Amino acid sequence: MDPILSVEHVSVRYGSNEVLHDVTFSAEKGDYIALAGPNGAGKTTLAKTIIGLVGKYAGTIRLFGKDTTTFKDWNRIGYLPQRVSAFNPLFPATAKEVVGLGLLSEKGFPRYFDRRDEDEIGRVLNLMGISDLKDKLIGELSGGQQQRVFLARSLVSNPELLILDEPSTALDPSSRESFLELLKKLNREIGITVLLITHDTSQIGKYADKLLYLDKKVIFFGGFADFCRSEEMGEYFGRFSQHLICHQHD
Amino acid sequence: MTDMTLLDFLHYSFIQRAYLAGSFIAVLCAMLGLFLVLRRLSLIGDGLSHVSFGAIALGLFFGIYPFYVAIPIVVLGSYFILKLTERAKIYGDAAIGIVSSLGIASGIILASLSRGFNVDLFAYLFGNILAVSSAEVYLSVGLSLVVLLTIVMLYNDLFSVTFDEEYARITGIRVERINLILTFLTAITVVLAIKVVGILLVSALLIVPAVTALQIAKGFKGAMIISVLDAVVSVLMGITLSFFLDLPAGGTIVMTSLAFFGASLLYKRIT
Repeated sequence: MDPILSVEHVSVRYGSNEVLHDVTFSAEKGDYIALAGPNGAGKTTLAKTIIGLVGKYAGTIRLFGKDTTTFKDWNRIGYLPQRVSAFNPLFPATAKEVVGLGLLSEKGFPRYFDRRDEDEIGRVLNLMGISDLKDKLIGELSGGQQQRVFLARSLVSNPELLILDEPSTALDPSSRESFLELLKKLNREIGITVLLITHDTSQIGKYADKLLYLDKKVIFFGGFADFCRSEEMGEYFGRFSQHLICHQHD
Repeated sequence: MTDMTLLDFLHYSFIQRAYLAGSFIAVLCAMLGLFLVLRRLSLIGDGLSHVSFGAIALGLFFGIYPFYVAIPIVVLGSYFILKLTERAKIYGDAAIGIVSSLGIASGIILASLSRGFNVDLFAYLFGNILAVSSAEVYLSVGLSLVVLLTIVMLYNDLFSVTFDEEYARITGIRVERINLILTFLTAITVVLAIKVVGILLVSALLIVPAVTALQIAKGFKGAMIISVLDAVVSVLMGITLSFFLDLPAGGTIVMTSLAFFGASLLYKRIT
């Protein structure tokens, strides 16, 4: 069976600046991969390249066995961008209307909603525990509530792969904890494959199964247990940093 | 005039024509205005109306019905604004400024060269919906229906691109195409709205109802409905008031719309 996501020898350049160099990794169904690395390591670029937002790259990316250049089933991918908190807070959209946008990928022209879509939106709002907020304006919600609305938007098309770009950056510690718990639940109970971009490695070992550590090229890709045992990684990061990444992984 | 009842007033065919054409154009302005304001493109209406100044002057110069010249030229102007922003990496407001100056400058030169049509050109600057002819009503209603149908068919695409362009792209929406369509629709609407409020006040009809709706709406669909109601009522009330108070229709329509905006601010403050 094809992996859900396969990235082979991918390199990306912005002008003369190479932001990704020969990146190779793959995600199997049900994987929970933490994509970590320092600022400027190319994490967001890698996510955007996977979902087709970066036009030119070298190498091959396959989603569900199909090359991204010919891939059409975008409803199978959920994406939570990094800058969701940067949206216009005065935009008069309700939580329900924002979540509905996630269904447009499976619609032909004209993209109208029907009763089944309304039910689907209600189901995912319920799953996120925000049914009571459905008619509230998005700008009136707290950071944690907004993040749940945007996650609901990514989930409403029932994606098999969920890519999240630093989703907990704008959240306070308790909202961050409950958001990561929710992701874990979606991964374990519904079987969604998760690729979570984070620069905060101190907690991620508690949730993810695999670590992809990037610094323009792949520094490490594999299970957390392997990472924690690796002498090579101990030397690369220093024992203390390796321990920090590993110590919460149970 | 004072003895005239509203019923008598409504029997005038020029009032019926003004109501009909004005209402259709108001709906277009209100719907497109909401997308433009939310995308921070409010001044595109202003820029395109300046382009139409040049285009109308060109039509008058060559003795061609000005709207026939204005529609293709303003559509072209809107395309230049979009391409200047995308390709030449010029800020949107600067691109509007460049195309707008070209329109005004060419209009002034043509008016000076002709020395004969300044009075006609002034009529377009201030607009006069009460002088709309039957042929202009057919043209306005016909084009309005095309624009309306396009907005209705692309409603969710326009909403998605307006809310979050990058996410819209991921869901398979062709963002560049939607932006182009929005720009073309705006260009056609601006030319039509010149008859209602004149070149100088076109942007008011695009901006004010949308901004009023944003003060009180509790959702995007709600904002669209309030914006449309505001614009249609402003146009109908403005036409009526202008007739009974013997005031220019364009200015009265915009002042009515501004009064609704003031009321919406008051409503927001007390609720």
